[in-house]
Amino acid sequence: MKAERIVNTSVVAALVLFPLWAWMTDAPFLITLATKAVIFALAGVGLNIALGIGGLVSLGHAAFFGLGGYAMGILASHAQAYDPIFNAPFVLEGTKSMPVIWLVAIISSGLAALAIGALSLRTSGVYFIMITLAFGQMLYYFSISWPAYGGEDGLSIYVRNSFPGMNTLDPIQYYVICVALLFAVLLFTSRLARAPFGLALGAARQSPLRVKTVGISPYKLQLVAFTISGMITGLAGALFADLNRFVSPTMFSWQLSGEIIVFILIGGTARLFGPVVGAIVFVLLEHLLGGLSEYWHIYLGLLLLLIVLFARGGLIGLLAGKERSHD
Amino acid sequence: MSPILLAEQVLNGLQLGVMLFVMAAGLTLVFGVMGLINLAHGSLFMVGAFAAAAVAGATGSFLLALVAALAAAAAAGALIEVLVIRRLYDRDHLDQVLATFALILIFSEGTRWIFGSFPLYLNVPDYLSGPVTLPGGIQYPLYRLTLIAIGLAIAGGLFALISKTRLGIQIRAGENDREMIAALGVDISKLYTIVFALGAALAGLAGALVGAIQSVQVGMGEPVLIVAFVVIVIGGIGSIKGALVGAILVGLTDTLGGVLLPELFKLFMDNSTASSAGSALASMLIYILMAGVLIWKPTGLFGAST
Repeated sequence: MKAERIVNTSVVAALVLFPLWAWMTDAPFLITLATKAVIFALAGVGLNIALGIGGLVSLGHAAFFGLGGYAMGILASHAQAYDPIFNAPFVLEGTKSMPVIWLVAIISSGLAALAIGALSLRTSGVYFIMITLAFGQMLYYFSISWPAYGGEDGLSIYVRNSFPGMNTLDPIQYYVICVALLFAVLLFTSRLARAPFGLALGAARQSPLRVKTVGISPYKLQLVAFTISGMITGLAGALFADLNRFVSPTMFSWQLSGEIIVFILIGGTARLFGPVVGAIVFVLLEHLLGGLSEYWHIYLGLLLLLIVLFARGGLIGLLAGKERSHD
Repeated sequence: MSPILLAEQVLNGLQLGVMLFVMAAGLTLVFGVMGLINLAHGSLFMVGAFAAAAVAGATGSFLLALVAALAAAAAAGALIEVLVIRRLYDRDHLDQVLATFALILIFSEGTRWIFGSFPLYLNVPDYLSGPVTLPGGIQYPLYRLTLIAIGLAIAGGLFALISKTRLGIQIRAGENDREMIAALGVDISKLYTIVFALGAALAGLAGALVGAIQSVQVGMGEPVLIVAFVVIVIGGIGSIKGALVGAILVGLTDTLGGVLLPELFKLFMDNSTASSAGSALASMLIYILMAGVLIWKPTGLFGAST
């Protein structure tokens, strides 16, 4: 526990000090890379609420990531074309304001997570993995075949959306926004995990029958956890879309769902900072190995295999020992 | 829509369905016997297609290509079973998902490394190309008809294997109680390797057969894999009969939905909206079907209730 706290503190310090270092070395490219890692970390922290605490292996979280992305894409594309989203029964305009976009992304992915969770949680184990995968694919194919918002080609947004009081076009300022959101969500998650809700959710993972016996419904706990998890991943999707100023159906792809799980696994499941460490390592690997070889996915695959087969606690497990906070 | 066109689409759906069955049979067997969820099954499909395309390109013989597909996929399956998969049987599903996801990365990039990024082509042999005229005056490609026949033959063969042979008895016993059959002197790890290689060989064969009507390229396995998951979830994981029923259901729904939904929407919408809304809904139809089945029966049509 103590060693894990040291790891966590150094990660926070690194994330805070990074823009300073990048500013001094004048490397805007690295800032974009770091922003990507932070956004992936946010998506992973979201999934980890369902997967790490709740034990719900969702292979369809790209659905929420993509919905968040399209929430940004649709609102901003209408705003940049000065074309209302619809006129009747009332006029709804698009927007370029980040907070509004985030809110829409969180609400729409939350509603989707509520619906998908309500259906998927009727099943468990392998069925749950496959049904979440299938819902993700459903949205993927829908986004490809629905021509109104770019279909297969996706949507480009010309200028990054705005945040009151900040210049989001400056990479460092956008990085600061993303890191602040990540820290806020991490704080929320650590509180959630220690709250009665989080404890009950963890208990429902370990022994659903006992939880039922004391009069709590595991289904409701898991549905709430899945919804919160989807909301956070949706927020990450909106940020990711704004980072690239582009959304496309690949944000819904099942490979992305797999990658979000990979972040959690590299860092260590059920660790608060697991997805953060995992996402940073993943983006670094992508950058370093991608520079070495066109076929870097082979090395990534081998590394993943080694971690799954031999290092089950992930990197934080290696650094901080096997002990876990809850079980 | 004319009845002849409709009949053709039903045959197309049936063809898709039986090929999905060949793919899904291995998945459902592996899950039923070993309790393993294998995402890399799509990679074995791809391995089969590439082996077939390479051998057909070198020798010109389609039959040799099919043999190569079977052999290459079975060998690849046996290899990953021995090296990786057998370490995963008593792990939880999360580890299985991740390890087999890692295998996909390795297989896909490895194939791209060997064969390059450009798609290969596998041609339908002359003796199977061209249309045949079916009763009722339906013109239908002979090759697709052959696919239906091969798929149904494989289904028959698998049912016979499971219900009549010694291996089948061991497989069924393994589904029920693996400690007990190990205690009875069956070499369980050899049995697992055989079952895994059998499933892999079927996936490879499906890849080669389907590879002749589409292009052979890296990443061709994953869309099929996901549809095969839908099939076995609908049918009930572990059930061969469920896989067959699920596959035919999914094949027909997907094909007929793509043709009929836009037509249906044209009855009350203008043409362009109807075709885009119809095809958007059709692309989601099999997932809606799956969700519907799971709401009605959470363990699939023929799955054992837990």
